[in-house]
Amino acid sequence: MFRPPLPHSLTARVLSAVVLILVLGGVLVGLSIWANGRLAARQAYDRLLLGAASDIAESVRIQEGQPIVDLPVSAFELLAQAPDDRIYYAVRGPDGRFITGLDPDTVIAPPQPVSQSAQYFAADLNGEPARFVRLPRLFAERDFSGEVEIVVGQTLLARRAMTAGLMLDALLPMAVAGALLLIMSWFVTRSALRPLEAMSDDLIRRDPYDLTPVASDGLPRELQVMIAAMNRFMGRLDRQVLSMRNLIADTAHQLRTPVAAIRVQAEIAQADPDSPAGRRALDRLLNRTRSLGTLLDQLLSRAMVIHRIDSAPRLPVDLREVALEALEQSDHEVIAPGVEVHLKIGEDPVWVRGDAFSLGEATKNLLGNALRHGKAPVSIGASLVGGQAVLWVRDSGPGPETSVSARLGDRFNRNAGSGEDSSGLGLSIVKSTAEAFDGTVEMTRTDDGFRVSLNFPAATEGPGA
Amino acid sequence: MIRFLIPLALCLLMPGTRTAAQEAVTEFGTGPTPLLVRSTTDIGIIRPVMEQFAEQNPDLTITYEQWGSNALFQHSKTACKTGDSPADAVFSSAVQQMVWLVNAACAHRYSSALMQALPPARRWRDELWGITTEPAVIVYNKDRLDDLEAPRSRFALLDAMRTRPDLLRGRVATYDIAASGLGYLFAYGDSLEATTFGSLIEGFARIDAVATCCSAEIIRDVARGRFLIAYNVLGSYVANAQDPAVGVILPEDYTLVLSRAYMIPRNAANSAGGQRLLDFLLSPTAQDLLARSGLVARMDAAETGLAPSARRFIPLSPALLVASDPNRRAELFNLWNDAFDVETAR
Repeated sequence: MFRPPLPHSLTARVLSAVVLILVLGGVLVGLSIWANGRLAARQAYDRLLLGAASDIAESVRIQEGQPIVDLPVSAFELLAQAPDDRIYYAVRGPDGRFITGLDPDTVIAPPQPVSQSAQYFAADLNGEPARFVRLPRLFAERDFSGEVEIVVGQTLLARRAMTAGLMLDALLPMAVAGALLLIMSWFVTRSALRPLEAMSDDLIRRDPYDLTPVASDGLPRELQVMIAAMNRFMGRLDRQVLSMRNLIADTAHQLRTPVAAIRVQAEIAQADPDSPAGRRALDRLLNRTRSLGTLLDQLLSRAMVIHRIDSAPRLPVDLREVALEALEQSDHEVIAPGVEVHLKIGEDPVWVRGDAFSLGEATKNLLGNALRHGKAPVSIGASLVGGQAVLWVRDSGPGPETSVSARLGDRFNRNAGSGEDSSGLGLSIVKSTAEAFDGTVEMTRTDDGFRVSLNFPAATEGPGA
Repeated sequence: MIRFLIPLALCLLMPGTRTAAQEAVTEFGTGPTPLLVRSTTDIGIIRPVMEQFAEQNPDLTITYEQWGSNALFQHSKTACKTGDSPADAVFSSAVQQMVWLVNAACAHRYSSALMQALPPARRWRDELWGITTEPAVIVYNKDRLDDLEAPRSRFALLDAMRTRPDLLRGRVATYDIAASGLGYLFAYGDSLEATTFGSLIEGFARIDAVATCCSAEIIRDVARGRFLIAYNVLGSYVANAQDPAVGVILPEDYTLVLSRAYMIPRNAANSAGGQRLLDFLLSPTAQDLLARSGLVARMDAAETGLAPSARRFIPLSPALLVASDPNRRAELFNLWNDAFDVETAR
């Protein structure tokens, strides 16, 4: 039956990586040990072979013109150091004439060309792999002159046993070390991952409605990054929930008074529609509904701005376009008929990273305020001033009172001068927008007027760059 | 049971129908599976062991062929090379020949716990195993030589040959090394003890010692008084002869100790049977039977009065290949033939 694979634990992943490394390393070291062991065994037993061959060569003497071998037992005792190996030996005179040897019928031919010194070679001995040495001895006697060739060989059991023994001797400690490393890496992994487990436990125990930041004290740096990201996310969620709550509360609070006023005016108008009081009530009714519309616009705009500040991606925005659009969309003919608005922008784009919609709303509010409360002429512009991207609105009036500008941006700081068609939400939008994009709101009073500007850090590049 | 089986086995004794090289043939058991054993051991000596084996293995018909060691070697060599009528088991007292055969890859590998328990000198490559313990002894005629006169070591023998040449002339015997692989092996073993060996050969030459064949005949002639002393006789045959006139001496300077070598030929038709016989021969039961036949001599100092340092076990090792070396053989034969008046007539 098919079972979906269980998700791997980090411990398992780290451990399997460690095992893989250990196994690979073990195989490599094992191969090298095997090669070394083989070389050592070969050298050791080659020396025995050569020793035996030299012993036999020493024992060759010339008797009546013929080479005679007085085969030394010591040579075979040397070879018997490999107790279980089969032996071959043959002594041949010039022209390959058999002098003595194990078996005249078994001929082991050394590879050509033969050298004048000891020469090792491999060949099969009675169907078993074996290693041989060929050792020539030259005679220059009166009655015999020429080369006597001694070939001694031995099967490979002892060499293999020695290789295996050397390998085992080296591999056993390595295997023990490997096992120890594995156990250690298990403990190390467990201790390294313990903060993660603690954090998981913490998260599991946490109330799902608790959006307060998770404590990251004492956690490793890697986890702190994760927790910081998580805390940022939760903070945004928290702010959005809060602004939602505020929006609902504000809306309810803001709408109660105008709606009540509208109801009163409507009742007056209904009671006596044709009287002058009735007509006045109708006028007021119209004004009230209009200002209610503006209020709703601003409430929605502010909610939208706050939402977008947290969720919309930061994109390069040209403040000149923001100013232009604000000017085009602003219904200043309705708010302040006859007031001329000047647009002052340069040739070069003024880039900031932000949200075009929020910036536009903020600018519209600034322009609206200038038109509503300031004096003509009004101008709007955007420029780069020393690394700061500035979007400003200027009018020729004295500006608001100092107490007003100090409480700038508080929700509903409606003062006596605000009038019934103002909600006081505009500057709150401006302030939120400025803060969201690392900017500031600056108010400057000069001799010839009042200027509000939004200062942002300039973005170095535009879109697509 | 045994009492019943012995006459049965005797009834089955068949006349030799094979080549002339084999000396005698006996069959044991009546089972359906044939097992061919070739050995240099006299049938008379090994019989109780083989009967016991046949009784324990009723499925086997064991054909036991007794051969001379050199003939057996030649035949085994040919069988190994050509695959012509190989035996299922070969055991010989001429262990240098068996070592040669194993070295020439003529043997079948086998291992069991009994074999692993053997000392290293009594096994080689898990292809050759020593199954007996037999010293090379000096025997003498007790009637002609009393215990005081009998030589207890080679030095004493040398002295006797020097001081009493007339008494011993023509009456000292030993194996003919050309005819007997075992005799050659003992002579080779002695030749490794160079000084004593040279003197011995000289001494033998001086008193016209006789080199002749076959343990049983030598012992018989010693018992009859034809020979006073026989040198390097296999102790097991003496023990088996149990003749009161024959005295046995384990030379005190050194005593060669031989272990008959057992091998299963590589191309044996019934190698499993060969393995069963080997397991049996090494089992305590068979070792007891072999001891009773004199084939497993007790070599501890308490029994023999022989110092442990004087025991020279002939190990089953590749060093024995030197004994088979043609040059070495030729040289030993030269030395030997110069000294001995080889007795050819029996």
